[in-house]
Amino acid sequence: MKYRTMIGLEMHCEISETKTKVFSSAKNDFSEYPNTSVRPLDMAFPGTLPTVNKQAVRMALMMSIVLGCKQPKYLYFERKNYYYPDLPKGFQITQETKPAPIGSYGVFEYECNGKKSVRINNIHLEEDAASSDHYPSGSRINYNRAGVPLIELVTEPDFRSADEAVAFLENIRSIYQYLGISEADSKKGQVRCDVNVSLMDASLDENDPKNWGTKVEMKNVNSFGAVREAINYEIERQTELLNSNKKDEIEQETRRWDEESRTTIRMRSKVDAIDYKYFVEPNIPKFKIPNSWIDEIKNSIPRLPSERKEDYINNYGITDYDATIIVKDKRVSDFYEECIKLKANPKKASNWITTNLLGNINKLDLEFDDITLTPSMLKELIDLVEKKEISSNQAKEVFTDILTSGKTPREVVKEKGMKQMSDEVEIIRIANEVLDENPEAIEKYKKGRTNIVDFLTGQIMKKTKGTANPKVARTAMAKEIEKR
Amino acid sequence: MKYMDKSIKEIHEALKKGEVTSRQLIDESIEKSKIIQEKCNAFVTILDDVKDSEVTDELLSGIPYGVKDNYSTKGVLSTGSSNTLKDYVPFFTATAIENLSKKGAVCVNKTALDEFGMGGTGTTCHTGIVKNPWDRTRMCAGSSAGSAAAVASGVYPYATGSDTGDSIRKPAAYCGIVGYKPTYGMISRYGLFPFASSLDHCGVLTRSVKDAAIVTDGMKGIDKNDMTSWDSSDIHLYDSIDGNVKGKKLCFIKEICDINNYPNADEKLKKHLENFMKTIEKCREVGIEVEEVSVDQKLLNATPSVYVVISCAEATSNMSNLTGFIFGPREEGERWNESLKNYRTKGFSPLIKRRFVIGSYVLQAQNKDRYFHNAQRVRRLLVDEWKKLFKTYDGVILPVGTGPAKKLEGSNDILDKNTSVLEEHLQIGNFGGFPSITIPNGFVDDLPVGVNITGNCFDDINVLNMAYALESSMNYKGQIVRSERS
Repeated sequence: MKYRTMIGLEMHCEISETKTKVFSSAKNDFSEYPNTSVRPLDMAFPGTLPTVNKQAVRMALMMSIVLGCKQPKYLYFERKNYYYPDLPKGFQITQETKPAPIGSYGVFEYECNGKKSVRINNIHLEEDAASSDHYPSGSRINYNRAGVPLIELVTEPDFRSADEAVAFLENIRSIYQYLGISEADSKKGQVRCDVNVSLMDASLDENDPKNWGTKVEMKNVNSFGAVREAINYEIERQTELLNSNKKDEIEQETRRWDEESRTTIRMRSKVDAIDYKYFVEPNIPKFKIPNSWIDEIKNSIPRLPSERKEDYINNYGITDYDATIIVKDKRVSDFYEECIKLKANPKKASNWITTNLLGNINKLDLEFDDITLTPSMLKELIDLVEKKEISSNQAKEVFTDILTSGKTPREVVKEKGMKQMSDEVEIIRIANEVLDENPEAIEKYKKGRTNIVDFLTGQIMKKTKGTANPKVARTAMAKEIEKR
Repeated sequence: MKYMDKSIKEIHEALKKGEVTSRQLIDESIEKSKIIQEKCNAFVTILDDVKDSEVTDELLSGIPYGVKDNYSTKGVLSTGSSNTLKDYVPFFTATAIENLSKKGAVCVNKTALDEFGMGGTGTTCHTGIVKNPWDRTRMCAGSSAGSAAAVASGVYPYATGSDTGDSIRKPAAYCGIVGYKPTYGMISRYGLFPFASSLDHCGVLTRSVKDAAIVTDGMKGIDKNDMTSWDSSDIHLYDSIDGNVKGKKLCFIKEICDINNYPNADEKLKKHLENFMKTIEKCREVGIEVEEVSVDQKLLNATPSVYVVISCAEATSNMSNLTGFIFGPREEGERWNESLKNYRTKGFSPLIKRRFVIGSYVLQAQNKDRYFHNAQRVRRLLVDEWKKLFKTYDGVILPVGTGPAKKLEGSNDILDKNTSVLEEHLQIGNFGGFPSITIPNGFVDDLPVGVNITGNCFDDINVLNMAYALESSMNYKGQIVRSERS
């Protein structure tokens, strides 16, 4: 039998760009020394009360708008009650679907081998829990993370493959970055996903819930690579069970992705699901969201990757492939736009960025923030080549140097004595020197081996230690050999 | 010369004239605290080493007062009268107390309460039962039991209280003093240990309406740490009390006040309601028009259930922070959840545990609509009913409880169905966040009883003014338990 895979995602993304936490005035920076970004509320001392961070609400509303969701008239928060040592209050302040959260029922288009669309069930604003480290002797809790604002996005099960799910996540991650809401860095634990997977008979109608397979949820899948692996593992596991007529063994349950064994492991059955006893947070009065605020937020949404990409293709003649690479990371895209602002040749800048800049970052295992190369340096380098002051080979060498050294291209060129030789008289002199040293080559040329010119040009380059302008050298050699 | 049984204004004038110093007042108050502690067990902590404070033009400067032990006080033990916090010394002070300190008020003790304010008897404090100074075989009611006992005994002119159902206004009646909770949000709750956040109010126990106004002026104010607080900087309660009640109208509710509703009424209840009707006459004498109105009995009868459902639900969530991990005496356990369980099992009294069970039950997914959401709907109906009355009347005047303080022995928390509305109607003041004041209106069997006036939100001045006019027409203003009696 053929199966249709239905995948739904819950994506949690920490807001990293607010000054303070979502309900307390502690700094939103959990990379600080442990337990220093903490106010009494974050450790739930008796009598403390939450106060809503308007900046976080604004960011969440912006995301809600971008995802095509409906914004509520009034803002409410709810308590989700459960006990865990990383949750000092014994409840998380969050939003549920009733009353309406910060965004409901959107449709979002993303790229995965063409345009795809996914229905967004809801998006809501909540607080993160503390982080804990477990040791054999006990656990340590860091409350710096307690109360960090978190946006949770819940999709309908509209993805049909791991590729689609991951492409969506990458799209959303870059939007968070473009909107200045979050670094959305999964290495820093800022992005965490829950994934649900079910398989149904592909020949049946997918719009009828009766035909759906049993949904299995996987919690805390913390990198996009793991999302892909977990989905594929779960598809395989469920397919095997279905193929061997063990449909009953697929239970509505929560599993967890285990990084070590690279498998999913059962946590609990749906029957044992926790009742979170939601109710409206009484310490936060309902807040009317004025239309004027929504309009103001709409008008301040910066250009998103899809818009930038179109712009690059249509106005700068960049290939779809290169444009996609550039917009994937906002910092790269910003770098590129800065180069264009400085009037660097757009195509050349794109080439340098996609091949050399990103290539070197990958090869040398650098972080984008480690590089000292600036857009104006890249522009300088491009100009040096264009004005034929250095050869393109030399330029590559300069590039590798200025990537992390903090030096400017001119400084490196000077240091390495790398001026390009474009002096025609001098090159002709050297060409004749080469010809004098290679009489057998002239013989071969005369017998019709015209491509020997390339070899001889190479000899000029060798003699000049690569500083000769290759084009000038080749022209000179072609002319001089004819004279013999 | 004793000063602690005088009014704030009188003490202030004595201080200004130099008849007495702040130090002498503190010494007197602490000495009296120790006597009342012996007799009534009213305090969790008496602050022996408290410093005096400069006397300024502020009425409260240099004058001692008491703080209910569910207010967070920096560097001073703050237990909520619970074993779960028996060693908890906070590092921050509640906004309301901070505001009083800024005016130069001097806290001399922390008063006992029903554990975390969850009780109406003053008998569930971790330090033991608080006894009524008028008759030590009787209760003070609660939860602000220690504050009420101390103010009635003349330990100081006022103490702070908190009120979720009637926790200020009932003990005030049982102890023959004034108890006032202003409109929800007028006083910041930041630093008040929460019981049920949507019902919790800060407030004050005093011996006169004007003193209640002075102290509330000192405690109130918008607070960036409490989103439910509001700006009342243009409201000056004390300065606005002029006793002019011309054209004011009050109403009382037939279904609550008519003796014929209580076929099993005992002598005390009869006398209490007779006394209430005399108070209504007093109101008319001072110029307040009073009318009897009728409210759907069924709706009124729902009041205690609505209160139990909402307050228990919020309480079970609010007190989930009590785990012993971060503060409080941590208990042993193999794993964290065992340690938490041991701490809560050991720390909470049975009454609170019962309420947590109710709170969890009514919030469970399968029960939530039937109980919690319905309670919220009925809460809204009751509030709307009261708001409707406030369109015609400046306030509702009702008797407090079924009579004077009950006996400690032989009394339990079980409600008599017939009189439950009479006992519990003050909770409607919390449902709506209404300003509500209890003042003493006489004696039944030689024990004080009280009357309550509740008005519309933000109409605090009007409520205080009517209470002041009525108080002035009776002889119970500033009354103190005679020491031979306590």
